[in-house]
Amino acid sequence: MYPNDFYYTKEHEWLKVEGDEAVVGITDFAQKQLGDIIYVDLPKPGKILEAHQTIGTVESVKSVSDVYSPISGEVIQVNSVLAQSPDTVNKDPHGEGWIVRLKVKDKSEITNLMKAADYEKYLEGLEH
Amino acid sequence: MKKTRLNAVHKESGARMIEFAGWEMPVEYEGIIDEHVAVRTKAGLFDVSHMGEITIEGEEALACVQYLTPNDAARLSPGQVQYTALTTPEGTFVDDLLVYCLSVPDKYLLVVNAANSDKDYAWVKEKSAAFKVKVANRSDNYTQLALQGPLAQEILQPLTELDLGLMKSFNFALGKVAGFDCLVSRTGYTGEDGFEIYTLAQRPEAIWKAIMKEGTPKGLLPVGLGARDTLRLEAKLMLYGNDISDKTTVLEADLKWIVKFQKGDFLGKAALEKQVQDGLKRKLVGFEVIEKGIARPHYPVFIKGEKVSEVCSGTFAPYLKKPIGLVYLPIEFTEIGIEFEIGIRDKMFKARVIPTPFYKREKK
Repeated sequence: MYPNDFYYTKEHEWLKVEGDEAVVGITDFAQKQLGDIIYVDLPKPGKILEAHQTIGTVESVKSVSDVYSPISGEVIQVNSVLAQSPDTVNKDPHGEGWIVRLKVKDKSEITNLMKAADYEKYLEGLEH
Repeated sequence: MKKTRLNAVHKESGARMIEFAGWEMPVEYEGIIDEHVAVRTKAGLFDVSHMGEITIEGEEALACVQYLTPNDAARLSPGQVQYTALTTPEGTFVDDLLVYCLSVPDKYLLVVNAANSDKDYAWVKEKSAAFKVKVANRSDNYTQLALQGPLAQEILQPLTELDLGLMKSFNFALGKVAGFDCLVSRTGYTGEDGFEIYTLAQRPEAIWKAIMKEGTPKGLLPVGLGARDTLRLEAKLMLYGNDISDKTTVLEADLKWIVKFQKGDFLGKAALEKQVQDGLKRKLVGFEVIEKGIARPHYPVFIKGEKVSEVCSGTFAPYLKKPIGLVYLPIEFTEIGIEFEIGIRDKMFKARVIPTPFYKREKK
């Protein structure tokens, strides 16, 4: 379910590192909790983000949720598909439903994130 | 947490369950949008057994209902249903409800909101003390299903001996559904044609399953509380706690049509008459958010930079595909077309008063 080469946050974002860059999205657990997604409010490329800073918001019929950046970096690309088809996040949260691509500022921050097995354990804890 | 008699069926169907008014209820199965659209275009089946049922019986039952509610229950013949309210002496809401007339003048059934059923029962019990009636809270005895949508009659008819074609809107009859004794009314909380089915059966799963089996090939979906809320808001049906409460009067809620001053005395009559004379200071109106933003309950509402109110109900309307909501505005700003602003998180969004109901089905 949760790709082994991704990193995860307690707020249910995922991060996939690709060289000096990283892709950020929300997890399958997060999209299920939100339900049908209506809007994704995206930042502009060039925005500098600190770790834990708000990237944007994801809004479903029932609720709205901030998306936080797992690590520090500069937004170099946003997933423009989401402006027209925000439900892509529901359909493929770990793939086509990615949210932003960052230029990573400090790779050492990644050690603060959870690996897939730890995230799955964390989710089990939430369900009890 | 209380469970309805269909709890296991929902879990088998993969429903996401939440706590609502002390009950474990399905909030969605496939997804709110699909469920909502199914009800508008085909049909949806809801478990609404959390709703409260209070019976008033005895020779003064009609007089008692007349005293407790502003609508005219004397107009009801056996087999008819009426939308009305339980009102405070101030003309505000204890609750809104349906009154079912089982027998004139001695047998009435009140169907009330889940979150209010204990409060309502206590209220009815106290206020009915002077009448020769017996009041009973039957909320835990009843299972209530709602089958809603343009195909509702087609799906239900093969399962019942009742001739549904003869049943008009806001009428009901007693008869068997899937072999169980039921009360079936042509009512609902979605803005669509449809039925609400009440039963005292201890094991009503077979009714749910029979309807699903009949309806699934026709596009019937099970529907949770999530879509129930978006459906009722598109049809501008009130939600107690959001749109109406003990702080809002029946007239402010724009429900003057359920107030029948000529019928005789009732709780809140004097206060409501005075409000008519003095004129309303505020009124509940429908709005759409013009820019891309969803207004949700309690978001602040501004006119000319000044905070004047808060959003009551607000959501994205899945069938109309736009953000809508309800808000009490000062009476001078309640005309159709008037624009105002809503604070959605850290930004101001323009909104506009629009006609309601937001959605009205085409009558055949």
